[in-house]
Amino acid sequence: MDFKDYYSIMGVKRDATQDEIKRAYRKLARKYHPDINKESDAEARFKEVGEAYEALKDPEKRAAYDQLGANWKAGQDFNPPPNWDEGYEFSGAGNGHAGGADHSDFFESLFGQHFKQGPQGRSQADFNARGQDHHAKVSIELIDAYQGATRSITLSSPELDQNGHLVTKQRTLNVKIPKGVKQGQRIRLAGQGGVGYGQGKKGDLYLEIEFKADPVYRVDGHDVYLDLPITPWEAALGATIKVPTPNGQVDLKIPAGTQGGGRMRLKARGIPGTPAGDLYVVPKITLPAADSDEAKQLYRQMEQTLAYNPRNKLGV
Amino acid sequence: MNNDILKGDLLDDNAELSLNDLCQACAGSTDWVLELVAEGVIEPSGQQQTAWRFSARCLQRAHTAMRLQRDLHINLSGVALAIDLLEEIEALQARLMHFEPLDKP
Repeated sequence: MDFKDYYSIMGVKRDATQDEIKRAYRKLARKYHPDINKESDAEARFKEVGEAYEALKDPEKRAAYDQLGANWKAGQDFNPPPNWDEGYEFSGAGNGHAGGADHSDFFESLFGQHFKQGPQGRSQADFNARGQDHHAKVSIELIDAYQGATRSITLSSPELDQNGHLVTKQRTLNVKIPKGVKQGQRIRLAGQGGVGYGQGKKGDLYLEIEFKADPVYRVDGHDVYLDLPITPWEAALGATIKVPTPNGQVDLKIPAGTQGGGRMRLKARGIPGTPAGDLYVVPKITLPAADSDEAKQLYRQMEQTLAYNPRNKLGV
Repeated sequence: MNNDILKGDLLDDNAELSLNDLCQACAGSTDWVLELVAEGVIEPSGQQQTAWRFSARCLQRAHTAMRLQRDLHINLSGVALAIDLLEEIEALQARLMHFEPLDKP
């Protein structure tokens, strides 16, 4: 397993005071909190920081960790020396800053055996509680929102095995993505969350819909936007041109005198629903390159014939 | 692996939760939800407390509030401010998207 350098994760020196460690943790926790930071690795960073803090905030754990020595490098293959923690006393389960006992193998190998008195121990007694709700994201393509889809997602969650050891269990769920979903909407799967304690029911699983970036379309709520390159003569003279939409090609009439910067609405061709979203076509006028004598000649002819000054309003 | 296809509940604009549903879905107490309402983090429709209905957006905001309180130890007015600002950032990013070319690397 990989060695973790908790000091470098926290960005503090090895001789940092407990106060400095606390300040560093607060700052990093705010920075990487998955509700605040939308980067894809934010949650992993948040957990890593929470784990580092859990090890370093407790003077006993920190002393035990320090005793491994300063020569270890992050990512180096690591196995705890036998009886490495002799003479250190840990004060039982921490109060789970990173949302419970979701620690790395490295952390478990160092401090894990002292975490046995988790909720599992209490379940023997007369204790019932509903399982935790779990939250995950599911990435879909825009077309999935138009047509509906089935996605399989793999979730890994920490569970206690029969001996009370934490193991990471993986399970795969096939989930129906209904037609008409929007970015950020959530699907609740009742009873697919954490296991309850005692007679308690299982928690729920919430899946947040996330659209993958599309190379052609932009999505805003249930509306979809398409940048459509058009030629100067299509813009000036009007034309009927083929336009892609997520539901297939359509013919679109470009009115004569179309300027860049506007948009045309194709009603109800956005994400389906009640009401359905719209598809907005944003025309982008593109110029052919003046890369031949004939092309240059044509541009010069326009210059002479049209006498066009786009800067009239600027008074020049 | 389980080959069944699970069909969950889509929490869209039509989803409605009672006060009790919301408490259950957040594993929170009624008092905590009442505090969220008093602070304006979530706004139910309906006059009487027994007739209150919460939208899916309320549930999402309540979940966020719960995590911010638990993980960052922010008090409720701080949570309310943070959630409002986070939503504003989201709205601004959605607008920004219209000005960014799609073909950037």
